[in-house]
Amino acid sequence: MGFKHEVFEKNSILLTVGILLAVILGGMVEIVPLFYLGSTIEKVEGVRPYTPLELAGRNIYIREGCYLCHSQMIRPLRDEVERYGPYSLAAESKYDHPFQWGSKRTGPDLARVGGKYSDAWHKEHLINPRGIVPESVMPGYPFLATTPLKESNIAANDMSAHLKVNSWVGVPYTDDMIKMAVADMNAQAGDPDSDEAEALKSRYGEKVKVRNFDGNPEVTELDALIAYLQVLGTMVDFSLYKDKAPVEWQR
Amino acid sequence: MAQTKSFRMGEGALIIVLAALFLMCVFVVSNAHDNVMAFHMAVGAVGALLGIFAVFRRYQKRANGQGPDETGYNEGVVKAGVLISIFWGVAGFLIGDYIAWELAFPFMNLDFEMINFGRLRPLHTSAVIFAFGGNILIASSFYVVQRTNRTRLAGDLAPWFVFWGYNMVILLAGTGYLLGVTHGHEYAEPEWYVDWWLTVVWVVYLLVFLGTLIKRRESHIYVANWFYLSFIVTIAMLHLGNNIAIPVSLYGVKSYHVFSGVQDAMTQWWYGHNAVGFFLTAAFLGMMYYFVPKRAERPVYSYRLSIVHFWALIFTYIWAGPHHLHYTALPEWAQTLGMTFSVILWMPSWGGMINGLMTLSGAWDKLRTDPVMRMLVASVAFYGMSTFEGPMMSIKAVNQLSHYTDWTVGHVHSGAMGWVGMISFGAIYCLVPWLWKRERLYSVALVSWHFWLATIGIVLYITSMWVSGIMQGLMWRAYTSLGFLEYSFIETVEAMHPYYAIRALGGAFFLLGALVMVYNVWMTIRALPESEKAGLPALQAAE
Amino acid sequence: MDHQTISQFSGIFGLIFFGILFAGVVVYALWPRNKKKFDHAARLPLEED
Repeated sequence: MGFKHEVFEKNSILLTVGILLAVILGGMVEIVPLFYLGSTIEKVEGVRPYTPLELAGRNIYIREGCYLCHSQMIRPLRDEVERYGPYSLAAESKYDHPFQWGSKRTGPDLARVGGKYSDAWHKEHLINPRGIVPESVMPGYPFLATTPLKESNIAANDMSAHLKVNSWVGVPYTDDMIKMAVADMNAQAGDPDSDEAEALKSRYGEKVKVRNFDGNPEVTELDALIAYLQVLGTMVDFSLYKDKAPVEWQR
Repeated sequence: MAQTKSFRMGEGALIIVLAALFLMCVFVVSNAHDNVMAFHMAVGAVGALLGIFAVFRRYQKRANGQGPDETGYNEGVVKAGVLISIFWGVAGFLIGDYIAWELAFPFMNLDFEMINFGRLRPLHTSAVIFAFGGNILIASSFYVVQRTNRTRLAGDLAPWFVFWGYNMVILLAGTGYLLGVTHGHEYAEPEWYVDWWLTVVWVVYLLVFLGTLIKRRESHIYVANWFYLSFIVTIAMLHLGNNIAIPVSLYGVKSYHVFSGVQDAMTQWWYGHNAVGFFLTAAFLGMMYYFVPKRAERPVYSYRLSIVHFWALIFTYIWAGPHHLHYTALPEWAQTLGMTFSVILWMPSWGGMINGLMTLSGAWDKLRTDPVMRMLVASVAFYGMSTFEGPMMSIKAVNQLSHYTDWTVGHVHSGAMGWVGMISFGAIYCLVPWLWKRERLYSVALVSWHFWLATIGIVLYITSMWVSGIMQGLMWRAYTSLGFLEYSFIETVEAMHPYYAIRALGGAFFLLGALVMVYNVWMTIRALPESEKAGLPALQAAE
Repeated sequence: MDHQTISQFSGIFGLIFFGILFAGVVVYALWPRNKKKFDHAARLPLEED
């Protein structure tokens, strides 16, 4: 009996090991090469880390579950490229921790929503979607307009720490960017001609949009979310790459 | 025995662990960076205290000679698991139906954070998959592993630790979603500290299951246990792989994933698809391989087929993830690999269906006479249907149309409501009389009512989602004769309204069926056990 | 060795290796001598208590 028992013990462990071996392979083969194959992410100009305000907006986007109804991934299909713009590149989400490609379009794709609508449109639409688009099924987010970003539960006062963690996982934030994160965050939603705004642009580039996004002097969650929406898909200048687009022209 | 009145080593160890946990939670509360972290750690501290209290009470009862019988099968934890999964199931269906109505009538969002679709949807998916499905899987696996191996569940307090620990995960995750705490990965939304806690609980679960297998009294491990074991092992691997994240602060809820963009996407859908593959398929197949033969009173149709399709299924499933990322920025080779394995997967999937259905050959009359059997068989039929639909949708040409639309939602729900829901209901209807030693269910007619309400609900749900999904996909790519896109996006949203209403109605039917089950289970448990009716002392669980 | 070579090799190797493994599982499942064992195993849920 003692001997048999030993064999059985080994069997259930063997079964566990066999299962582990069977299931470990698929992930290894499909995931690991993505980290070392150079061709996975294209070399394109213009993709930069999010500014602190945009990153805070992105965290609000995730917090409210926007990704459950909006994708950020334009497929290389004729109708999508004509409806939303050039198809999405892997490089465009290389600083996205986590990715927000989405899986469902209850609402339209947002990969290139930046610059398509005015700040005022976004403000009205986020506060009361059906005031602008009567058939919309989107929830309203009036509370974003009334929540100061510094009191936000994504701990925006802590923005330096957020940037620091992002730098640990591979986003090229400089020490300067990390140190000045809170100042940069407030500057982006303020006066475009201020010295602070200039400092922000010196760190993140001239294309950074600096303005009072929600029209309210206080920096709110709405400022952050609109800043994020307005930068989506605008970092790469596609006039440089147009000819190379292998769009799948169906029909 | 003198031993019964003394403190056990496991009890002492658990009290030390819980006390340490309590102190840690209190420490984090006093340093918390945000309110949610303070709230969750307070919940953790209270939970640890209650745990210590429970262990003491257990010792006291035993010392007074009122301890539970510990010689037969451990059924207490199975009972608790069955009851709590029914509770979470109703909650999850209710939330699901509410957000379905929100999509039909958006004013129901009330523009209030906690009621908005975006926060309720993870609550719905987690409640039905992890709370309802997870609890019934843990409970049924504890039942099946004991019975088929003819031995008591391993561990003294460990099974209860798994039960309470797992439901603590659910509580923290669920309240977190409402308060805006999410990791931003679908079906893996709990934040880092909940992930860590789940890891601890899951390892204990694995040890309890393996420990029971090791001390078994049967030479052969019955195939249902293989499926349960593959579920436990693989979910552990997926959970660890997909949640590698660095918290901004050890005293705050927010963390950032280590992977980004395309790698993060691939990892997430490797996780996401295999949560379907191992949580919602393999584990419930384990359930099927016990409850269908048991209820039909016939051995499984082909034991050989079960062995072959087990290995084929678990090996193939793990590759199928990239079909969630067709035509995205994921490299083409990965998409092709995912598509190929998804199509191959059709075969091992149907191996399970054939085995389940054919177990009834020669006993088909049971479908007429036993509504519980009808439920189990219907679930296998829905399984067969969705595992045909799935490989089809993973073909790139089909996926081009179906992706991002309600077709996917319908597909998921034919699997979730039809397969996972129905087989769980069937198992619950089997388990309740067995566990509470009742002769039969309170009402077989009510099981029939549940069956039809659920079936009508599922049919309304999936047909409306087929129509709205395919319609929306076609509208998005429709062109006028002049070569312009024919419909604006909002026109496609408007067109879906009637189907959203039908879907929500289907959900209401399904929920109503579950409420019928609650009543039936309640009345069954309330009835006197057969032994007491006859005036005999209650029988102990025999071996 | 570049990725091309590795992936080509592992593709062929994987096909053969898992083909053999699958055949092994099938043979094990169908081996006549194992029939008695499986018949017993299949009755496990029915014979308890």
